[in-house]
Amino acid sequence: MTEKPIVRFDKVSKRYGPLTVLDSLELDIFRGEKVAIIGPSGSGKTTVLRMLMTLETIDDGVIWVEGEPLTHMERNGKLVRADQAHIRKIRARIGMVFQSFNLFPHMTAMANCIEAPMTVLGMKRQDAEARAAELLDMVGLAQKKEHYPSQLSGGQQQRVAIARALAMRPKIMLFDEVTSALDPELVGEVLQVIRKLGSEHDLTMLMVTHQMGFAKEFADRICFFYQGKICEQGHPKEFFGNPKNDLTMLMVTHQMGFAKEFADRICFFYQGKICEQGHPKEFFGNPKNDRTKQFLHAVLEAG
Amino acid sequence: MWDWSFALEILPVLAHAAIISIEATLIGFVLAATLGLVLALARIAFPWTAWPISVLVELIRSTPLLIQIFFLYFVFPSFGVSLDAFTAGVLALGIHYAAYCSEVYRSGFDNIHRGQWEACTALNLSSWTTFRDIIIPQAIPPIVPALGNYLVALFKETPLLSAIAVLELMQTAKIIGSETFRYTEPITLVGVFFLAMSLVSASLIRAVERMLNRRPAR
Repeated sequence: MTEKPIVRFDKVSKRYGPLTVLDSLELDIFRGEKVAIIGPSGSGKTTVLRMLMTLETIDDGVIWVEGEPLTHMERNGKLVRADQAHIRKIRARIGMVFQSFNLFPHMTAMANCIEAPMTVLGMKRQDAEARAAELLDMVGLAQKKEHYPSQLSGGQQQRVAIARALAMRPKIMLFDEVTSALDPELVGEVLQVIRKLGSEHDLTMLMVTHQMGFAKEFADRICFFYQGKICEQGHPKEFFGNPKNDLTMLMVTHQMGFAKEFADRICFFYQGKICEQGHPKEFFGNPKNDRTKQFLHAVLEAG
Repeated sequence: MWDWSFALEILPVLAHAAIISIEATLIGFVLAATLGLVLALARIAFPWTAWPISVLVELIRSTPLLIQIFFLYFVFPSFGVSLDAFTAGVLALGIHYAAYCSEVYRSGFDNIHRGQWEACTALNLSSWTTFRDIIIPQAIPPIVPALGNYLVALFKETPLLSAIAVLELMQTAKIIGSETFRYTEPITLVGVFFLAMSLVSASLIRAVERMLNRRPAR
């Protein structure tokens, strides 16, 4: 692609003491792209979003947003660490939705959505409320404007959180495992809102998710993180349809980690017979039987 | 032993002095609550202040209030700062209780979930707005009882101001005693007054608590 990326991670590293969470990450994201970030826990996938939202500092490299440095700023032709004013200026282009919603509990849904537009963008109350009402309507909560978060279900709270983030008119939206804290029956309504966002708005979206099905259907690109690096990325069709073996193994071990780590032998039963068996390394890494392959792909997709 | 007519006679004098005690309490507590908040906020907003502030707080909490009152009233003039007795006394009360209040505020802030701060960052709120609209409104209601305790405690310590001859209740009662050689009525009345006022303020604090809890939280 010749187009300039809207977000560029340029050799970004993040360490916690001796632990390297992200190792010289290079990742370009383009305008309007919908990128799903997947990977086992501890792979650094959430850290990617948190660094972009400036909730984490970075140890090495530079993050660029629309061609301007986010983590740094230019002074006398050199890049130095960004000060708070610079960070706030660039950060305004980014919005984030959290796993645990993080709504302000002492404010109604409406108040949650107008707080930042009024205090940061300087909007008049009337305008901010009109915009918030529009957004709450968009996420299907027009009736719940005056409710406090404690009076809403998890799914409703998360939809308010999405409306609240959108009220700041970000160009880039980050979704950090936004359905992980929800009861299963509430996941659908939140994904529905995200789907709608994807089709109606010209937003660039980055999401960390465990919903493989949703990632496959929704994303333009899947980035698979493993041990602080992008292990493989590509269009969902490619990614899920024709994964490399070692990747399959990693993904499947994510699902079947205990079996892989604990067992000396894996027995795969199909229709009352042992279809394939072998050492976990062989079984997950290089399955021979078509049934086994099918099964592993199914596990992979089910997430 | 107890002379009702004498008690009634000195009541107006004591009532007048009571106003001074209440004034000292209110000004002292406003000072304590404000300064305590400033200390607690400074710790969060400027992490490098955390260490000097905790030293200061420990210093104030670990020395008797009476010494601090004497220090402000008798020692400060030698540094060229002369305060009248009421000002010095109220200032000492305020600073002393600010140290306690700052710890109460700190516990209030510590109880705010990290996600609240992160949501503020993600919405690009300024630090000022974050504190004013998000953190303080959530941190204060749970600590109202603790702050209320300090209000009552501060009130009950105002007799210490008699040591630097502020004409508050205790000092006035002592003067009446030394002039008439009758201590029973003035001292008893002062005690009854403190009891009444403490009960009143305790119920006021409970009312405030109820009011703050009425709104749904979390």
